[in-house]
Amino acid sequence: MINHIDVSSMLRKSVCELYSNLVTRPTGAAVRCEIEQELDRIGDRALTVIDFSHVGLLDFSCADEIVAKLLLQYVSLDAPRREVYFLFRGISESHMDAIEAVLERHKLALVTQHADGGSRLVGIVDVDERSAWEIISHLGAGVSADVAEVADATGLSREHAARMLDILWRRRLVIRHDKGYVAVGSATAPVEPMRLDA
Amino acid sequence: MTTIINVPHSLEDKSFELVLDQVAPLPLDEKIIVDTRHARWASPYGLTALLALAQSRAERPVLYVPEAENVSHYWSRMDFFKHAAELYEIQGRVKSTKAAETSVLLEVTSISKSDDVHDVVDKIQQRAQDALVKNLNLDAKITMRFTMALSEVCQNIVEHAGRGGWVAVQTYTWRVRLGGRKVVVIAVCDPGIGFKQSLESAPGFQKRERWDDGQALEETVMRGASRFRDPGRGQGLAGVRKFVGTWDGKLSIRSGTARIAVLPKGDWDEDEPLLEDLSYFPGAQVQITIPERVA
Repeated sequence: MINHIDVSSMLRKSVCELYSNLVTRPTGAAVRCEIEQELDRIGDRALTVIDFSHVGLLDFSCADEIVAKLLLQYVSLDAPRREVYFLFRGISESHMDAIEAVLERHKLALVTQHADGGSRLVGIVDVDERSAWEIISHLGAGVSADVAEVADATGLSREHAARMLDILWRRRLVIRHDKGYVAVGSATAPVEPMRLDA
Repeated sequence: MTTIINVPHSLEDKSFELVLDQVAPLPLDEKIIVDTRHARWASPYGLTALLALAQSRAERPVLYVPEAENVSHYWSRMDFFKHAAELYEIQGRVKSTKAAETSVLLEVTSISKSDDVHDVVDKIQQRAQDALVKNLNLDAKITMRFTMALSEVCQNIVEHAGRGGWVAVQTYTWRVRLGGRKVVVIAVCDPGIGFKQSLESAPGFQKRERWDDGQALEETVMRGASRFRDPGRGQGLAGVRKFVGTWDGKLSIRSGTARIAVLPKGDWDEDEPLLEDLSYFPGAQVQITIPERVA
């Protein structure tokens, strides 16, 4: 199932009822711990919306503690902690300044979703990965693509396309589903929420 | 023995060097009298640096207050005397005032813990929009970025200084060049361990052949070095540098005996990118200057 974490609520719960800005490292670390506890309750395989809509300011230190360190734990080419996918919502332009800086620093990437439902891949991804992700994403809500379809659409060999999709999956930018891949972001758009625990 | 330190009429980052030239040669426990009687103006840097100066002394210094009533009033409105009373023996008449100062975005404020940074950010957001957008004709996008930069430079005190420091923010007219422009200035001063000692405390740190305050500033400000192993560290100042570049601003950081400056592309200021062999002053003194937008 798709889970929703309101970052502003995590801030008020973990640090101070009165704060609405995500500033300072200790604040960021406290909020991340709260999010991690929430994720522990969710289970081993989940798609989680991290919602910044009610966050005023996000500074670089907090972006590093919350966004980068969260991704580093769950997104890894070697052995990710669990199969948890993140979709970031409510990201303002100023939030994005801080988020892009930390993604670049750690060579990470994530998917954001805008108010109109459109998704965007941000951070460090190579051209082929981005192209493949966009092709899958444009297939529409919850529609999966297999290796052959991605290879045909990108002009890559099947072997190369399979390797790239595996990398995108390990980076948790696409979800493995029904022998194919669904782009994170398109999975949240359908009227019927997509089940990952099938 | 007591030494009188003469404070120049106009007290800002550059003229504060004249103060440090007088103080640096003195033993820490020597009594000093900081004479601001003839001061006519002080920037946020000047006021916060005066407080850091008192913190840096082993013997509580004396402060002669400005004689000009408007100056004394203004320093009161900036909350300077409120904090100075804790650090100096104040001599002279200080009139307290409750009148608000419209050019002040943030009065002189103490920073020693993470909560102080939250308070500063909350407080300035309410005032920054008007000052930056209406008075300095800057794009509305700047407000959040400005506050982010302020948050990062304040956090440097909490994370690295090892003791408390000060922040103040104000708008005023920059008179370095003829026909000066309005600017907004953030000043953050602390008398802590400074950039060089902070980097030296990094695990596995090895001194190079040439290692001094100038090198430490270049490593930190230009190359994002940090005393922490965590690769996510060092992004704050990089972000501040980017912010300053975007808005044709200026960032200058003084630590120990050196001062580094990230200079504006425009022609509203002239300065050196790196000054070395200055008089020693502990800690770090940061100034961010953003000019008004002109057509």
